[in-house]
Amino acid sequence: MSSSTDWPLWEVFVRSRRGLSHTHAGSLHAPDAEMALRNARDLYTRRSEGVSIWVVPSTEITASSPDEKDSFFEPAGDKPYRHPTFYEIPEGVKHL
Amino acid sequence: MAAVTADQTTQGQARGTAQATAGGPDGPAGADVAQQAAFDAAVAADERIEPRDWMPDAYRASLVRQMAQHAHSEIIGMQPEANWISRAPSLRRKAILMAKVQDEAGHGLYLYSAAETLGTSREEMLDKLHAGRQRYSSIFNYPTLTWADVGAIGWLVDGAAITNQVPLCRCSYGPYARAMVRICKEESFHQRQGYELLLTLGRGTPGQRAMAQDAVNRWWWPSLMMFGPPDDASAHSAQSMTWKIKRHSNDELRQRFVDICVPQAEALGLTLPDPDLRWNEERGHHDFGAIDWTEFQEVLKGNGPCNEQRLTQRRRAHEEGAWVRDAAASYALKHPAPTRHAHAPAHITEAPHTEMHQAEMHTPPNAEATA
Repeated sequence: MSSSTDWPLWEVFVRSRRGLSHTHAGSLHAPDAEMALRNARDLYTRRSEGVSIWVVPSTEITASSPDEKDSFFEPAGDKPYRHPTFYEIPEGVKHL
Repeated sequence: MAAVTADQTTQGQARGTAQATAGGPDGPAGADVAQQAAFDAAVAADERIEPRDWMPDAYRASLVRQMAQHAHSEIIGMQPEANWISRAPSLRRKAILMAKVQDEAGHGLYLYSAAETLGTSREEMLDKLHAGRQRYSSIFNYPTLTWADVGAIGWLVDGAAITNQVPLCRCSYGPYARAMVRICKEESFHQRQGYELLLTLGRGTPGQRAMAQDAVNRWWWPSLMMFGPPDDASAHSAQSMTWKIKRHSNDELRQRFVDICVPQAEALGLTLPDPDLRWNEERGHHDFGAIDWTEFQEVLKGNGPCNEQRLTQRRRAHEEGAWVRDAAASYALKHPAPTRHAHAPAHITEAPHTEMHQAEMHTPPNAEATA
């Protein structure tokens, strides 16, 4: 006898309303993509929290490793000139 | 376990790397100390621990215990109320009760998913529940004798659960905290429908009023026990507070709940079954009578009114649902997914007809619980 845990895990992304991007809502087990969508609807949009759902097999996701967090994101760390607040503008100058 | 969550996908690799470097200049002990220090610093800074971060084994084990018990409570908690769906007094009440019981199932699933990020599997947790090796909240071992019990459960049991769960939204473990945010948003409907149900009975016939009072009398003390043993007798409290899994002590939350309930009971025109309950001006809190911890221990040991019934029903539901799970698995085998990569973009771009019409949109999830 198989059980639900033999079912693959899916990550669920929900678009809460038009104009917003899909956001990770959680995960669930389902035997196939269609059932994953239906389960996601029942599990994550019982109160009309979404207008669109994506389900993605969890195994298809490649993630960065927390161990290399520092070296991986470090290149952006010393580039404050990428932010507008880096620049000094004389007082009174508008629309800039 | 065949599948892991996205959060876990490279957990094994991350650990492998840690072990590989452990043989370096610092040696294994040095690496452990560094990891422990990083963990402690994150907890101290009120940062969240995420599934792939290093964490002490005891922290992981403690979370699995608590989250599995929490998930089991949601699932077992469906039973006492589902008992009344077919006998709800109106279509309105029936629809509300079905929605609530469905929510409890949903809450269980959020929590099982969150617990799985710690490396335990759904099957393992269910097996342990069915074997009596993982617990669920003792409160569900009490019977629902009348319709008014549905109201008392919503008001008192869900009320106590909310008091417990709101601080868990800031729990140090990210997936648990996120599940709790979602759950807390949904629980407030549970509590309010129960309160409204009791209010309706309280304004009804003398018989209905007596039924409401009787239900409150029976559920009050078990609800107070939901906060767990007194602080000096609580096995896990101190460590959980240090890890910021728990934010407030059992007694602190219990007191908060009592203070909240007293005026709510007055508004209902019902009394709470405690002759020692009175306002203490000096403390700024209500004093209340001693809790019968012998009863709590007995129910915990399996000697409550419904322990056997709840577990038997759970096992039966699992076994009787096996053919559905098998059928779905067989169907999936016979209809393999179309070659995904051939038209991958289609997965990302939703077809227009799957979008709901704008007018059907409800307000977006409120920000209350996340504030």
